[in-house]
Amino acid sequence: MMNATSIENPKPFDNFDGSSLARAMPTGRLLRAYLMEARFESLRMFRVLGFSIPFLVLPAALYLLFGVVLFGDAVRNDPAAGKFLFTAFVVFGVMGPGMFGFGATIATEREQGLLTLKRALQAPAGSYLLAKLLMTMLFAFIVMTTMIPAALLLGHLPLTFAQCANVTAINILGSLPFCAIGLFIGTRASGKAAIAFVNLIYVPMMHVSGLFYPLPKFLRAVSPVWPTYHLQQLVLAALGMSSYGKTTIHVVVLAGVTVLLTVLSIRRLARVG
Amino acid sequence: MSNEFWAELSSVKKRFGKTMALDGLDLQVRPGELFSVLGPNGAGKSTAISLLLGLLKPDAGAARLFGLPPFHVEPRRQVGVMMQEVTLAPELRVREHIALVASYYPRPFTPAEAMELTNISSLASRPYGKLSAGQKRQVQFTMAVCGRPKLLFLDEPSVGLDVRARETMWATLRQLVRNGSSIVLTTHYLEEAESLSNRVAVLNKGRLIASGTVNEIRALVVRKHITCSTALGADQIAAWPEVESVTRDQQRLQISTSNSEAVVRRLLAADSNLQELEVRRAGLAEAFTELTQEAA
Repeated sequence: MMNATSIENPKPFDNFDGSSLARAMPTGRLLRAYLMEARFESLRMFRVLGFSIPFLVLPAALYLLFGVVLFGDAVRNDPAAGKFLFTAFVVFGVMGPGMFGFGATIATEREQGLLTLKRALQAPAGSYLLAKLLMTMLFAFIVMTTMIPAALLLGHLPLTFAQCANVTAINILGSLPFCAIGLFIGTRASGKAAIAFVNLIYVPMMHVSGLFYPLPKFLRAVSPVWPTYHLQQLVLAALGMSSYGKTTIHVVVLAGVTVLLTVLSIRRLARVG
Repeated sequence: MSNEFWAELSSVKKRFGKTMALDGLDLQVRPGELFSVLGPNGAGKSTAISLLLGLLKPDAGAARLFGLPPFHVEPRRQVGVMMQEVTLAPELRVREHIALVASYYPRPFTPAEAMELTNISSLASRPYGKLSAGQKRQVQFTMAVCGRPKLLFLDEPSVGLDVRARETMWATLRQLVRNGSSIVLTTHYLEEAESLSNRVAVLNKGRLIASGTVNEIRALVVRKHITCSTALGADQIAAWPEVESVTRDQQRLQISTSNSEAVVRRLLAADSNLQELEVRRAGLAEAFTELTQEAA
């Protein structure tokens, strides 16, 4: 039997006011709505173990495998090689959450009607994308909190506090272009195709941008087309290592990729949904 | 356009490619009513709702929500929505889903209050992905009401619900209407529309073919059903010119006619021992079938 008492005399309706039409949203509540969206987006992505474990654990685990276990002796004799390996894995650490967290989830959620529901429910403007962005930045931050102790304690890298702080800040902001690539794919592809498209960019970006190892000459010329190349140069410079190109150019390229793909994606979302 | 309606479509046309989804549709939702929009698949129900929610723009005519264009923020903050096909994050718990949607509104229920209202408090800590299809609909219904909306759009809300859950939902809907909200319901369960609605609109091929109270819609179909227990033969009665059809159900005859008074007079005259006489008007389901077939 249903609980007739609670339905016929439901307490929550005691102060229901059906007459007031004007219902402004106080700024505090609006801000809270943005925070709630970000909180629950992060919470749910942490709970997807197939997403959180590889993206949070893998960068430090692989760094330790290559930088300590396999080639520890060589790295100790050549600190520059150790730092290079460190930059490679911190950049690798921000690629995945942005590209997969945006690309695959947006495509799937578009198909599943979630974006339409959020539009119908008048979720605050941009809160859905902002939540994903903050989730990615939080993942980038956590990756840094695993990479830095691993590098200092086990990799024996001579990093100063300022260098650690700079690299963390660069990497958190550096996740933006990868979010934008994911967003661009997620707003155009179906849920299943999006994962394939993301991989189609993710895998070559990892291997032919010079991230992990020096490239042959003919590939070196095209490595600047990849955002990973520019982000790694910024991280190398922040660690006082020799890097290619000017800082301004790297920042402009990364910002340009972010802005261009975001604008195209938002236009697409507004038009098609 | 008038502000006396909380939602309104005026001479709205909407085309998708070669298909005319809505062809000059007029609809009005008044304060404090439960308004059912009925129609066969492809009649334009979902398109009409999407226009009222500002998810689509009309090619011609106008849509208004609380007297304003529906894509404005303020009128939509007074609206709750339950869509037919939506998949929510399976990893989030029921309470978390409701808390998130409640945060979009200026003066919502707390998640605990909303779940108490819809009788799903026991599901609060369950991950959404672990719920049955019916429980998921109950959660989506709770999300629709958690912002204390003045106007609620429900698209096939009771699909997959068991009897008890459906009764709870109906009781909540009646309570919302008693407290001054309006509800726009699209449903394939005509029994649901018949039980809950103050007014009904029947759509077919993007046009409004009938609207009014449930009784007014039923009255549009003149045919009535007479049942009785009689010694007269079914074939004999079927031959009467006023009678459209006769079937025998055990000892009782069921007679369909557009002139029930004349048939009752003849029955009583022909069989003085006639018993269990009952005359009944067509139900909403029958009226719906007839109206949509006529318009086809």
